[in-house]
Amino acid sequence: MWRFIGFRLLQSIPVLLVVITVTFFLVRLAPGGPFSSEKAVIPEVKAALEEQYRLNLPMYEQYIAYLADLAEGDLGPSFKYPGRSVNELIAAGFPVTAELGFYALLVAISIGGIAGIVASLRPNSAQDYIPMSVAMIGICVPSLLMGPILILVFGIYLEWLPVSGWGDMPGDKILPAITLGSTYAAYIARLSRAGMLEVMSQDYIRTARAKGLPEWQVVVRHGLRGGLIPVVAFLGPAFAGLLSGSFVVETIFQIPGLGRFYVQAAFNRDYTMILGATVFLATLIIVFNLLSDILAAWMNPRLRSQYGGR
Amino acid sequence: MLTVENLSVSFVTRMGTTKAVDDISFTVESGKITAIIGESGSGKSVACYSLLGLIPQPPGRIDGGRVMFENQDLLQLKPEQLRKIRGRDIAMVFQDPMTCLNPYMTIGNQLMEPLLYHKHVSQAQARKRALELLEEVGIRDPASTIDNYPHQFSGGMRQRVMIAMALINEPKLLIADEPTTALDVTIQAQILQLLAGLQTKRDIGILFISHDLAVVADIADQIVVMQAGRIVETGDRDAIFRNAHHPYTQKLLQAIPRGGKAVELPATEPLVQVRNLCTWFQSGKTSVKAVDNVSFDVLRGEVLGLVGESGSGKSTIGRSLLRLVPVTSGEVHFDGIDVTALQGRGLKNLRRRMQFIFQDPFASLNPRMTVYDTLAEPLLLHGIENRSTVGAHVLKLMDDVGLARAFVRKYPHEFSGGQRQRIAIGRALATRPEFIVADEPVSALDVTIQAQILELMRGLGREYGLTMLFITHDLAVVRQLADRIVVLQKGKIVEQARTEDLFESPQQQYTQQLLHSIPGRSLMELNA
Amino acid sequence: MDAPTITDIAQAEQGSSLWRDAWLRLRRNRLAVFGLAVLSFFIVIALLTPWIAPYAYAQQQLELGATPPSAAHWLGTDIFGRDMLTQIMYGGRISLAVGFIATSVALLIGITWGAIAGYFGGKVDALMMRLVDILYALPFMIFIVLLMVVFGRNMLLLFLAIGAVEWLTMARIMRSQVQSLRQQEFVEAAISLGLSPATIIRRHLVPNALGPIIVYTTLTIPSVMLLEAFLSFLGLGVQPPQTSWGLLIAYGAETMEEYPWLLLYPGLTLVLTLFSLNFLGDGLRDALDVRGAKD
Repeated sequence: MWRFIGFRLLQSIPVLLVVITVTFFLVRLAPGGPFSSEKAVIPEVKAALEEQYRLNLPMYEQYIAYLADLAEGDLGPSFKYPGRSVNELIAAGFPVTAELGFYALLVAISIGGIAGIVASLRPNSAQDYIPMSVAMIGICVPSLLMGPILILVFGIYLEWLPVSGWGDMPGDKILPAITLGSTYAAYIARLSRAGMLEVMSQDYIRTARAKGLPEWQVVVRHGLRGGLIPVVAFLGPAFAGLLSGSFVVETIFQIPGLGRFYVQAAFNRDYTMILGATVFLATLIIVFNLLSDILAAWMNPRLRSQYGGR
Repeated sequence: MLTVENLSVSFVTRMGTTKAVDDISFTVESGKITAIIGESGSGKSVACYSLLGLIPQPPGRIDGGRVMFENQDLLQLKPEQLRKIRGRDIAMVFQDPMTCLNPYMTIGNQLMEPLLYHKHVSQAQARKRALELLEEVGIRDPASTIDNYPHQFSGGMRQRVMIAMALINEPKLLIADEPTTALDVTIQAQILQLLAGLQTKRDIGILFISHDLAVVADIADQIVVMQAGRIVETGDRDAIFRNAHHPYTQKLLQAIPRGGKAVELPATEPLVQVRNLCTWFQSGKTSVKAVDNVSFDVLRGEVLGLVGESGSGKSTIGRSLLRLVPVTSGEVHFDGIDVTALQGRGLKNLRRRMQFIFQDPFASLNPRMTVYDTLAEPLLLHGIENRSTVGAHVLKLMDDVGLARAFVRKYPHEFSGGQRQRIAIGRALATRPEFIVADEPVSALDVTIQAQILELMRGLGREYGLTMLFITHDLAVVRQLADRIVVLQKGKIVEQARTEDLFESPQQQYTQQLLHSIPGRSLMELNA
Repeated sequence: MDAPTITDIAQAEQGSSLWRDAWLRLRRNRLAVFGLAVLSFFIVIALLTPWIAPYAYAQQQLELGATPPSAAHWLGTDIFGRDMLTQIMYGGRISLAVGFIATSVALLIGITWGAIAGYFGGKVDALMMRLVDILYALPFMIFIVLLMVVFGRNMLLLFLAIGAVEWLTMARIMRSQVQSLRQQEFVEAAISLGLSPATIIRRHLVPNALGPIIVYTTLTIPSVMLLEAFLSFLGLGVQPPQTSWGLLIAYGAETMEEYPWLLLYPGLTLVLTLFSLNFLGDGLRDALDVRGAKD
């Protein structure tokens, strides 16, 4: 197992390097520097600022210097908010996004997983059609639509839940979590249904029944182990999607998370912020993908022994 | 002990209602083996599964009948009551141990499960019992393998585990659904022996389902023959084999390959020469020696049988001869031409003269091409016919292989297995090749269809003057067709001889073991 | 063998191909048929928009302001007094175009890449798929955001960027299809007959690989359209004066309290289109899945 993990970790490094490099040069290539939209700056001040932010060095040297800083974990100062480093900004915004993502994932896995499993137990019946139709809604009503509609219904018309902001009240978390998580709940429902259907039609399920086990035991002890593997494998891409999705959801609900900062940084051409946030998010995504792949492989005993285990 | 009376089962689908089992009655006694024989579609499996309520009730439907087991009608029991009997008093062993064992659970856990559920013993007791049973079914050193997963066992061992799992609750009746069909012939013999032994030791009744009369000839006490959902004949073993009444039973008996080939072949020169053939496959760090330094000749006009179990390399050799797999080293000469060195146009021309017939008639035909397309393709490719003349040639080919001309524009999925194999044979013969490699051409077919296709191949071989390499694991079949036989084991040649010489006086131990494992030996003695 | 003997191929009864079987199965699936109908309807409207839109696209009637649906304006007007129905129709042209064009780009690149990797195997395959794996791990949403910010608001770029994201999965699917087909015995049979690799790919591999490709394509279009909607919503996609459903929804969301119809109708149209594509895709998957009965 360790060989597998080590191998995958090694594969991740070039990926990360590619991300950093591409982002770095993309951002630098953008027309208009970070200061061009500001009021006219005195040339000397501009030169001083450029020196401070190393903008007067050739591109290549800027790159190397950046990598050096990166190795120490320093993501550099923010262009837009002088006096604050990118690390600080990320540290401020990320916990919020993480919390949002966590609730959304919780919603997705619990509702989606159960809906899919329940639907798979009686295919082509009401027990199947109803959850799957609701799931279809989750897929076809994107968060940019669902968010406003939920706000309209629950926030404005019914006034049950707050419309925006992110305080300590649990009520704040509900609508954004549902909005972000609904699409993934739908995908997980479909995946778990398909996975369970496939597993339950296998011969070894018939063997389990022939042993006289009650149906619930057949499903839980024999069916789930294989049926949920596609869901576990999906968790990696789901995580990446949740992070991207947070951009939109945080914008709609005015949540001060990393996603919103990121979009703003993009508009403001805050080089270091964009770069820093990209590196940070990309690393997270890569790690999560790796974790979910490892978990999915571990769940399959054949792969487990193939990669060096028992 | 088990009495089935007038059982009828149907399937109701959108397409209509089919009667899978029609008014059948039979018994199984304690300490005896009752075999149910039938080809695909006979209803034998449906009948036995419905005894235990394993048929999903829509679309299945029990139309009538009684199944008496220990004074209870199983069909009348409520699901919970039936469940108590399943796995405890009546247990099942299935056909394919790879797919029938849960790949995600250890053998030990699966073995202990029915014990823990039905008899409420402790974990420690269950484990002890499981180890005992593994020992009993012939698994060496059970303590070290009990926590392994199914994929870590071989096919034969997995089937032993299935049997252990079925016996762990000391059932009174064991239902075995084609338990040896997926196994190699030597393993099959072992498993049959195991079952017969266990049965006498524990005095249980066995209901043995099979499509192969020869397999049950050695162990069955009573035989029930089914066709199209009905029982056509019942009798005890000797009666059936000596004196079958029903024409279908007789047809089944005749389809059992028996005896050898009478034709004497004058010594001729070799058409195909194989020298030091090695084909190795890389898998990570290890290389698998599928074919290990094999040399033999195929004489012009003869049928050479290539016999071996799985892993013997026989299929790889066949494919190597036609350059379908890359050869690692060694040479293959066809009519003096070095096949292994050919490229491009030379190779294409050679392909005209050598053809291949595959095992699985469904997979060897392109599902999107009609019979016409499939048969015309080689004719057009090699310029034997052009677009305007190819039609007549295709129709004639269909006549040769015994297919109705009217079906020429149909697609593979609209035919039966035997018909598809005829199409495949037609395709192989289209270019009038001199040499044909047939890789298990009848193994995937029902026994009566097998006999027909073998007859067809014999006839066509004579008519077209073919030289054939016939690859199979079935010694009984090859005896009927081959002039000489080469026996393979693990990529090496074990023995080569003329067919009758091999059968009468096998030299090597492995050959003797193979011959000994041919099912239905007692049958041959019966009819000798 | 009691069928009449024939002397000419043309006299034989045509068999039922797998495509025909699949089509029959699809027709029975009401949801899929519904999806197909709605989708066709929207496409036709989108194509004919310049001729059938009730108002000119840029026509503003500022004095009207935003009005709810009425006889003159079936779906109401926006704050500039522009007819919503017209806006949605023109927006649909862009959204659907992005969906189909970007998907086509992804399809072309993905299929070619996957087919080559799958057929040749070995080192070629390893190299090509390694590249795909690396690209797959990249957080594309982030890149697209960057791209759009950096290079501005270029429709062509939008197509290409979105297509560049989607081709990866297409390549993976095609490759695994080709790989598994290549091991099928009818491909070995084709090789043993002496056919050239090009003919084998064309006649034997591609027709049999199409099934999952078609299904996946139908399901890629909605995710592409969603991607466009997301970007436009964030201000990074389609820019005014052009419009798309994503943009309309963004505007609608801003004023949804006072003028809910500005959010509702574009939203409904998008959802309806996505439903149709998904139902159709699911229906195609069910219809094409069974390879015909084995006996």
